[in-house]
Amino acid sequence: MRVSRPATLSLRAVGLLYLAGLLLLPVGVVLVRTFDHGLGQAWGWMTTPAAISALWLTIAIAAIAVPLNTIFGVGCSLVLVRGRARGRAILDSLIDLPFVVSPVIVGLALILVYGQDGWFGNWFLNNGIRIIYAPAGIVIATVFVSLPFVVREVAPILMEVGEEQEEAAATLGASGWQTFWRVTLPSIRWGVAYGVVLTTARALGEIGAVLVVSSNVAGSTLTLPLLVYQRDSQLGPQAITGAYAAATELIVLSLAVLLLMTLLGSRREVTK
Amino acid sequence: MSSSSSYAAPRAPAGWRARVRVPRGTLSLGVATLYMSVIVLIPLAAVVEKAVAQGPGAFFDSVTASGAVSALVITLVASLVVAAIGAVMGTLVAWILARDKFPGQRLVNSLIDLPFALPTIVAGLTLIALYGPRSPFGLHLAYARAGVLLALLFVTLPFVVRAVQPVLIELDPEAEEAAASLGASNATIFRRIVLPSLRPAIASGAALAFARAVGEFGALVLIAGKVQIASIVIFADIESDATQAAASLSVVLLVISLIVLVLLRWPGARNAR
Amino acid sequence: MTLRTRFRASRTLPVLAALGLAGGLAACGGSADTNGGSSGSTAGKTQLNLVGYSTPKKAYDKLIDAFEATPDGRSVTFSTSFGASGSQSRAVATGQPADVVAFSTTPDITRLVKAGVVSSSWDANPQKGIANDSVVVLVVRKGNPKHITGWDDLIKPGVDVITPNPSTSGSARWNVLAAYGSQLKEGKSPAEALAYVNTLLTKHVSVQDTSGSAATQTFVGGKGDVLLSYESEAISAKKAGDPIEYFVPKQTILIETPIAVTSKSAHPQQAQAFVNWLWTTAGQTLWAKSGYRPVLPSVLSKYASKFPTPPQLFTIASLGGWTQVTKTFFAPSTGLITKIEQAAGVPTASS
Repeated sequence: MRVSRPATLSLRAVGLLYLAGLLLLPVGVVLVRTFDHGLGQAWGWMTTPAAISALWLTIAIAAIAVPLNTIFGVGCSLVLVRGRARGRAILDSLIDLPFVVSPVIVGLALILVYGQDGWFGNWFLNNGIRIIYAPAGIVIATVFVSLPFVVREVAPILMEVGEEQEEAAATLGASGWQTFWRVTLPSIRWGVAYGVVLTTARALGEIGAVLVVSSNVAGSTLTLPLLVYQRDSQLGPQAITGAYAAATELIVLSLAVLLLMTLLGSRREVTK
Repeated sequence: MSSSSSYAAPRAPAGWRARVRVPRGTLSLGVATLYMSVIVLIPLAAVVEKAVAQGPGAFFDSVTASGAVSALVITLVASLVVAAIGAVMGTLVAWILARDKFPGQRLVNSLIDLPFALPTIVAGLTLIALYGPRSPFGLHLAYARAGVLLALLFVTLPFVVRAVQPVLIELDPEAEEAAASLGASNATIFRRIVLPSLRPAIASGAALAFARAVGEFGALVLIAGKVQIASIVIFADIESDATQAAASLSVVLLVISLIVLVLLRWPGARNAR
Repeated sequence: MTLRTRFRASRTLPVLAALGLAGGLAACGGSADTNGGSSGSTAGKTQLNLVGYSTPKKAYDKLIDAFEATPDGRSVTFSTSFGASGSQSRAVATGQPADVVAFSTTPDITRLVKAGVVSSSWDANPQKGIANDSVVVLVVRKGNPKHITGWDDLIKPGVDVITPNPSTSGSARWNVLAAYGSQLKEGKSPAEALAYVNTLLTKHVSVQDTSGSAATQTFVGGKGDVLLSYESEAISAKKAGDPIEYFVPKQTILIETPIAVTSKSAHPQQAQAFVNWLWTTAGQTLWAKSGYRPVLPSVLSKYASKFPTPPQLFTIASLGGWTQVTKTFFAPSTGLITKIEQAAGVPTASS
């Protein structure tokens, strides 16, 4: 289809204006507004004790959730694609659930299981294990919402790559582990990396479920997104600058994630 | 290696597995299912149980309460509108990324994934900053339905674009060239040849956008106190100890999302996201 | 190293690192969220956990800084948590560590007494366990374009009132009780007063946010003609330069926000020292400077112009006390206000 020049230009203009107004400008306004009262003020907001704990807590929680979901993701992809067991199709459909469940429902679900008078909550509380209103609850919620990414990135690659190399390795006498480590893993590594990046982004940004199960204690349950929420509910232009400052930290993290996504995305295309 | 050159079949497992024909990967499937159950399935089951534990009457009452009904209607309408706008604008954006060529195109391409990388609460904050009461341009949309639509368009932007883009790139230009040589106008070519090929991708992208919009919370919690969004109502219910009401409304949302998931899988053409 | 051990190490290493990171959090950062506040070393100091409702967060941050400069406070450091009063109370009831709790309504403390976390004699002191006071005020746009002068103007046609949801917000309960009580003070019967509240909530409140500060943000953002709020919130908003004015109506309720030391506290003496300090002239003066009414009469009189006394001020006691009020008005499903809210389509406690 050869589109005329004016039409091309107008399509381009409409598209870019839409993207600018929807994506760039809002993010830009926050970045600029963070420094409304000067660099010192903004830095002060980013380095309050609560902000520092919030940043480390958010990273620490991601550092727990991401490896768990990566191990699950790779193992589950192998089962779904290379396995022969019955019931794989059901597992496959269920994996998409975290994509469509609203985060508040996740929070509610965890309270109903682990909270006081929940399914197992009283057992945990009687044994001194606090899940709801404690860091463990936030970890479980984060694992829930970021569960499917690695599977959904690795499984298609496994399917495309095919079993020939693995079968060859088996005939050469390689054990299961050796085959996995030397043959399978290298063929899926960019998919795993991309999935890990997506999982990390989702884990860093979780707010809905965390808002429900958190006790808002800086250092143990106050994550950075939660800090943004908290600061935004305080009154006064000072507080909103604080919210923007915390948001800027998250924007910087997201841009790093976006960069990784772009780099790994192209690598992933190459190996496909 | 011995000199044997015959194909050696994979060693048969020893022990009980050799006698019982267990398909490969059963144990791993069990482990994966256990993980899924503990993390996802059991908690969701608890929500369903809470919703119906007091009997179907109580569940029915909760979901037909005027607050719940208006929240559902508003949420569904907003999500449908967003899916529709997203379908059109997403296709347009995919078009300029796939068929056009301009400086900075690769940067724009990466930016499409920004809503996936950015925490939703930051998305909400950025939209209030630009379109809310303290806006630099004097706009006041945040406290109206327009604000909700903007937030939802933000978070669902990549779905349609990323669904349509690869299809557009793969499209065989032959059919279009043939039509052009027969004298068809661009509009006709688009309508008759390009669009039908794109339709499944647009539909699946829009469906994903819809499913995501229905459950969105983080981008709306700072904006939408004035518009009764279902996820916010569920949150308010939880905070006021109305857990049965929260669970009931949640079950309705879950059912809607599941229906969309099933519809997406039927044609067999599945998206990676 | 064989392939197998190498593989295992690369799997366990990130997990170990993560656990170490999480464990090391205790040493990293702190809890105060004041820009430019003191962040001295916490080595060797006793840590007290303050669990409070969200509104007075800024005030408590200032009070904690001032307390830590006193002789009693030098050996103490604070970890704070602020959020919706109800959820915070529930969290402490299920075991969240707390030495001092400060909530927006007394029932949130009573819940802890029932859970055995706070002693039943928490209010057996001259201040009756109340940290500070405020009053419900009417906040309007600058210039008062709709000429609101009192409660009766709120139900005039075309007036849109902003108030949060009483099921989720302590602030909202005070607002509703102020509305109800104001009618009683005007000489109406309880039935007429309830009818007034019904009209107000169903016909004149377009939206009910989950918290007081959310409602304030809604109003400041341009929605509604009148905001029902704590006086302290109105003072903050005005100080922040928002284009609003507020006035104390002739009839209004005294908002008494309770504070208590928990019986499970590991450092009861230091915790009590903090609470006692809040009741000294120094502490009460800081409350006054932050926009809250002091409970110490000597300090209140000094700030009389900032905190005018309304001619027909009433308290929760005149309405029957919290236990009675909660049962009559806010009980799930059967409470009078709960029923009004359900009819208005607002989420309420139902189980």
